[in-house]
Amino acid sequence: MNIAVCVSHVPDTATKIKIGDDNKTINKAGVTYIINPYDEFAVEEALTWKEKAGGDSKITILSVGGDSNKETIRKALAMGADDGILLKDDNPRDSMGIAKALSKEIKSHKFDVVFCGKQSVDYDAGAVPQMLAEFLDYSCATVVVALKMDGNKIIAEREVEGGREVVELELPAVIGAQKGLNEPRYASLKGIMSAKKKTIEEKPAAQAENLSEIIKMYSPPAKQSGRILGTDASAVPELVRLLREEAKVI
Amino acid sequence: MAKKILAILEQRDGKLKKSAFEAATIAVRIASELNYEVEVVAVGNEITNLSETGDYGIKKITHLKSDKLENYSSSGYSEVIANFAKEIDADYLLMANTALGKDLAPYIAAKLNAGLIMDAINIDSSSGEIIATRPVYAGKSLINVKFNSQKKVLTIRPNIFKPAVKGKNESEIIVKEVEPSNLKSKVIDFKKSDSKLDVAEADIIVSGGRGLKGPENFHLVEELAEALGGAVGASRAVVDAGWRPHREQVGQTGKTVSPSLYVACGISGAIQHLAGMSSAKYIVAINKDKDAPIFNIADYGIAGDVFEIVPVLTKEIKKIKLQ
Repeated sequence: MNIAVCVSHVPDTATKIKIGDDNKTINKAGVTYIINPYDEFAVEEALTWKEKAGGDSKITILSVGGDSNKETIRKALAMGADDGILLKDDNPRDSMGIAKALSKEIKSHKFDVVFCGKQSVDYDAGAVPQMLAEFLDYSCATVVVALKMDGNKIIAEREVEGGREVVELELPAVIGAQKGLNEPRYASLKGIMSAKKKTIEEKPAAQAENLSEIIKMYSPPAKQSGRILGTDASAVPELVRLLREEAKVI
Repeated sequence: MAKKILAILEQRDGKLKKSAFEAATIAVRIASELNYEVEVVAVGNEITNLSETGDYGIKKITHLKSDKLENYSSSGYSEVIANFAKEIDADYLLMANTALGKDLAPYIAAKLNAGLIMDAINIDSSSGEIIATRPVYAGKSLINVKFNSQKKVLTIRPNIFKPAVKGKNESEIIVKEVEPSNLKSKVIDFKKSDSKLDVAEADIIVSGGRGLKGPENFHLVEELAEALGGAVGASRAVVDAGWRPHREQVGQTGKTVSPSLYVACGISGAIQHLAGMSSAKYIVAINKDKDAPIFNIADYGIAGDVFEIVPVLTKEIKKIKLQ
């Protein structure tokens, strides 16, 4: 089985976001970058599928971005993926631009399944898996929390309001992983060492115009810290009164 | 001929959802501001309450009907909607950023080579084009975004834009039979979760964190949520510890929520959590550590023991609800 996993390189979720001087991007100074947390579920799922399929199954990691994305590709290789491809572009792209670059590369391989995180935790749009599927003419399910193969079909459960939709897909498919799909493994020391020897091919990302444009980035209005009403249950009546009379939410 | 904005209205079990009326309301608003014409469309088999859209200023609604689309199919839905958008030559497509909207909008944008803006919390058309505001980094910052494309797809966050009733009217329903050719991904079953209300849709959320000391104590949170008619949420710490299911997680790598009231019980307020809930209208924090970061954003706090305070609060709320 030939498997691809698309990964993005994002600020650690513990990062306090500061706005950059251009007022359009974040200030990257001092920011630690990590593999997008949802992509770890995607990598783990790929590894499980590879183990099940056996034979000469292979996992290729793809990422669109600058040189630093190689750290994230390396992380996925350390978890057990086989090789990586960096589609280079130092300029920010919208979801469509990312999906176009990925789809162009994926078309030149023959992948049975493409795993992605359901969204990256920077821009949070959650659009790349679906767009990728559209450009590849693959079937797709995203926000997937359970997955199994059933002959040539995939049965995926996706999280929606009030429950899970059970979706039937045909291969080839794009799967967007949601937290809960699996428990991502830690890279072993051996994995980390061997990842250093694995190949990361670099090529320019296919050109694509951004169809949307950020004109300003800013911090949300700071919330005024409120009142501490007390330190025990005697403060409850006052809390209830405020919720009713001041906030009017109950 | 006037340019067109197309609102896509979501139905579940044959009934338009509340978020559908929010989308209709915004479409009517944008159309009047930009001098566009509004079209609305709903996809499915039988849909019972289409004419209600009239109350929100919609004159006619097109029902793209097929028994093959009784259940959601991302490939089938996106195909018939994109075809309809092309047929009427709509410039803007708008829908609610629900699970369905989040899933569907990117397919449609890709089919139409349209710019896509997801999860708008504000829409400003005073410059003659739409500038949408949306949260990024789970709400740690905001961006204003504009389109650079002829065709534009926009989703709006539920519960932010209130549906505006314009008067009692029935809209004309135009049924258009469609035949989707692409059903390679389709919903075959639905597993209902045991929780009554989803955090993503709730107007009141009561969340619990590590301060509850164990999953066996979460009934305190559940009872308070029940008394308030709200949903149960959880911090990442307790989800990662396996106390609560991931669907309840609020924050980065969980859900970003904007309810009217958010009650945080035993949650200290890690930055990932604050990002996901600080846009709640009112925040109540109950935590024994008075220096916990959650108090920096809480409107009202009680710096005390959750085990003592939460049951009393539940009792007081129940009392009021009985009055």
